[in-house]
Amino acid sequence: MNERFIAFEGVRKSYDGKSYVVRGLDLNVARGEFLTLLGPSGSGKTTTLMMLAGFEAPTHGTITLDGNRIDSVPPHRRNIGVVFQNYALFPHMTVGENVAFPLKMRRLGKAETTERARRALDMVRMASFDTRRPNQLSGGQQQRIALARALVFEPQLVLMDEPLGALDKQLREHMQLEIKHLHGRLGINVVYVTHDQSEALTMSDRVGVFNDGTLQQIASPHALYEAPANPFVATFIGENNAISGEVVELAGQNCRIRTADGSVIAALAGDGLKQGARTTLVLRPERITLSPPPGSPNRFTAKIEELIYHGDHLRLRVKACGCDDVRVKVPAAQAQSFQASGTDIAIGWAPEDCRALALA
Amino acid sequence: MAITLTDEVVRNAVDTAALTRRLRGLRRKGQMRALLLIAPLMFFLLAIFVLPIGMLLTRSVDNSEVALTLPNTVNALASWDGATVPDEAIYAAFAADLKASPREDVAEVAKRLNYYETGMRSMLLKTARTVRNAEASYKDAFIAIDEQWGTPRYWRILKQAMPELTDFYLLAALDMSRNEAGAIAAVAPENAVHVDVLLRTFAVSASVTLLCLLLGYPLAALIARSQGAVANTLLILVLLPFWTSLLVRTSAWVVLLQSRGVVNSALAWLGLIDPSQPLELIYNRIGVLVAMTHILLPFMVLPIYSVMKSIPPVYLRAASSLGAPPLSAFWRIYLPMSMPGVSAGGLLVFILALGYYITPALVGGPRDQMVSYYIAYYSNQVTNWGMAAALSAILLVAVLILYAVYNRIVGIDRLRIG
Ligand SMILES: Nc1ncnc2c1ncn2[C@@H]1O[C@H](COP(=O)(O)OP(=O)(O)OP(=O)(O)O)[C@@H](O)[C@H]1O
Ligand SMILES: [Mg+2]
Repeated sequence: MNERFIAFEGVRKSYDGKSYVVRGLDLNVARGEFLTLLGPSGSGKTTTLMMLAGFEAPTHGTITLDGNRIDSVPPHRRNIGVVFQNYALFPHMTVGENVAFPLKMRRLGKAETTERARRALDMVRMASFDTRRPNQLSGGQQQRIALARALVFEPQLVLMDEPLGALDKQLREHMQLEIKHLHGRLGINVVYVTHDQSEALTMSDRVGVFNDGTLQQIASPHALYEAPANPFVATFIGENNAISGEVVELAGQNCRIRTADGSVIAALAGDGLKQGARTTLVLRPERITLSPPPGSPNRFTAKIEELIYHGDHLRLRVKACGCDDVRVKVPAAQAQSFQASGTDIAIGWAPEDCRALALA
Repeated sequence: MAITLTDEVVRNAVDTAALTRRLRGLRRKGQMRALLLIAPLMFFLLAIFVLPIGMLLTRSVDNSEVALTLPNTVNALASWDGATVPDEAIYAAFAADLKASPREDVAEVAKRLNYYETGMRSMLLKTARTVRNAEASYKDAFIAIDEQWGTPRYWRILKQAMPELTDFYLLAALDMSRNEAGAIAAVAPENAVHVDVLLRTFAVSASVTLLCLLLGYPLAALIARSQGAVANTLLILVLLPFWTSLLVRTSAWVVLLQSRGVVNSALAWLGLIDPSQPLELIYNRIGVLVAMTHILLPFMVLPIYSVMKSIPPVYLRAASSLGAPPLSAFWRIYLPMSMPGVSAGGLLVFILALGYYITPALVGGPRDQMVSYYIAYYSNQVTNWGMAAALSAILLVAVLILYAVYNRIVGIDRLRIG
């Protein structure tokens, strides 16, 4: 396995010559990896993708693909499949012609072109649509054609820019699975852009979280969720409680944090944490348990501020540890026991489930 | 089981038919409401456009002058066999008509007959003058005025000119006429002008359209690619010609192109031409093409620009990501996608060019005048409304045929004006 199939080295990009929209990107992607770029709007995801596809030139830094610098290779010779956000199917061509287009550009024989286009359409289960025009297709069907068109010339790398953004939830989940299966079957590299975090978590081998033109963290979905590198990542991926405090004790992996109201919380220590420094504790709402047995670690009294019903679960907003917005997620089965806000309850969590992060 | 299935199918079929009816009813209601809204416009169009043009076009087949002025003659000649010399009754009827009609009406008839045979005009006017004082036998009186009244020839012409509807003008506009036997034949080559003029009109219009396309397409692409202020400035420059009158713009070309004009002087100063032999740039086809292309260019640029503006750049990116070099991407993606604008601009320029009058009249030579010039000539100078109307009708039909062909090949629904 080549660990550096795609490599960004010190890549920066400015459109207007005043500010950078991508600042100092270093990124390695292994062959066959499914990498997702995740981040809020305007964080530079599309720009990164477009630099890889060759539609934008980096202002500084180099990009290599399979060991070769591609800065001077024009887009049409990069052999990278791209699925655009709105599919960009050519409206004046039929579905079949759209899919055959990249093969025609590569001057393949007529028989081979037809055969490969048909196979690509079969792969996305759209073979019977090849004489239709794109505007006669539903969003999901267009998406599949765009996918077939980007894959038909067998590129090693396919870029997808929010390809499922326009679809409804059900179709989106279906297409996520399809793309995932295709990736597994063809063994290609995918760089996928989304700002839907659940999409990123379910599909990817690794996820890169962008904010404000910088890569905040790049890790497997599990590591991203369980061990976020900074408060931004913790809040951006899944739900999170951020409790601020001061490090009063630091012992290797473990530490103790004192919060504003004097409670002391046992937690895991994030990288670079220092004794006496201010810190943010990150704690997932679903890791908080109600009425833990007395004497267990991190047991605190909380006052219920609000109860929100969500069908399969219940959300509580409680006041605890000097923070008036601690969210707790309770399975519906346990929810019968309390009804009113204003009641005091006991909450608690394991020290391994919360993490104290150094502030930048 | 089988029976149930059939029942089901039948019920579904019936329902579908009822549903279709209902949908159609609803749609018709919506259309009626929409029609009501545009009713004022419809009446306006009807009053100032459809009616006058319709009336003008009927002039191309209208031939009521003779029948109105000479009603008795028409009756009498109806039973005439056309081969023998007419009998006294016919002469008498003709004389009675001539006596009863005002001079102007007779003059109209005389002019009309002159189209068939040169000389008939003065001959008939003279006959009418003399016959006013004549007594029976009228046959002798007529023959005394002109020998020819004693032969069937003039009477045949008179009879030929009699029906209320005629194809005379339409045939003449195509350089054809009916001979004495009533068969359609081409006129003598030295008298044939109209087909030439029509062909020339189409040739000039097609050349102007092509020139406008060659100049306008890159310009439209440039404007569509520019941003903000630059694009606006370019658009204003394109529209600038509309700020001055057509006449001024055409005259400006005279100043530029004449033999001692700006262009020739500049070329002479550069030593590219001999000052004593300036290029002939005006009062010929070059002048017409240059001036008309300049004037019609905006009508080509604007529709193409508006279509190009609506092509998202992502299509070109998609093409190049799929391996298309820039030229292929243009040829296979951008050009076809901008085609609706090209067809709209082309059709617009071509049809506008077909009717051009002032510009060829001012900067063209005698061999560059287009059909509008002849329509103006027939309606203003010789007051031959029939010919003017016939030429207009032929032009209209030609345009409609062209439009139908265009619709067949390109499809009018693919057209985008803005
Ligand atoms: N062509 C351009 N010219 C100037 N600025 C641009 C251009 N394209 C993007 N930008 C700016 O660069 C920044 C990053 O844009 P980018 O499209 O990469 O964001 P993104 O992460 O893809 O966001 P989204 O999720 O909304 O698609 C934004 O602030 C945007 O305004
Ligand atoms: Mg984007």
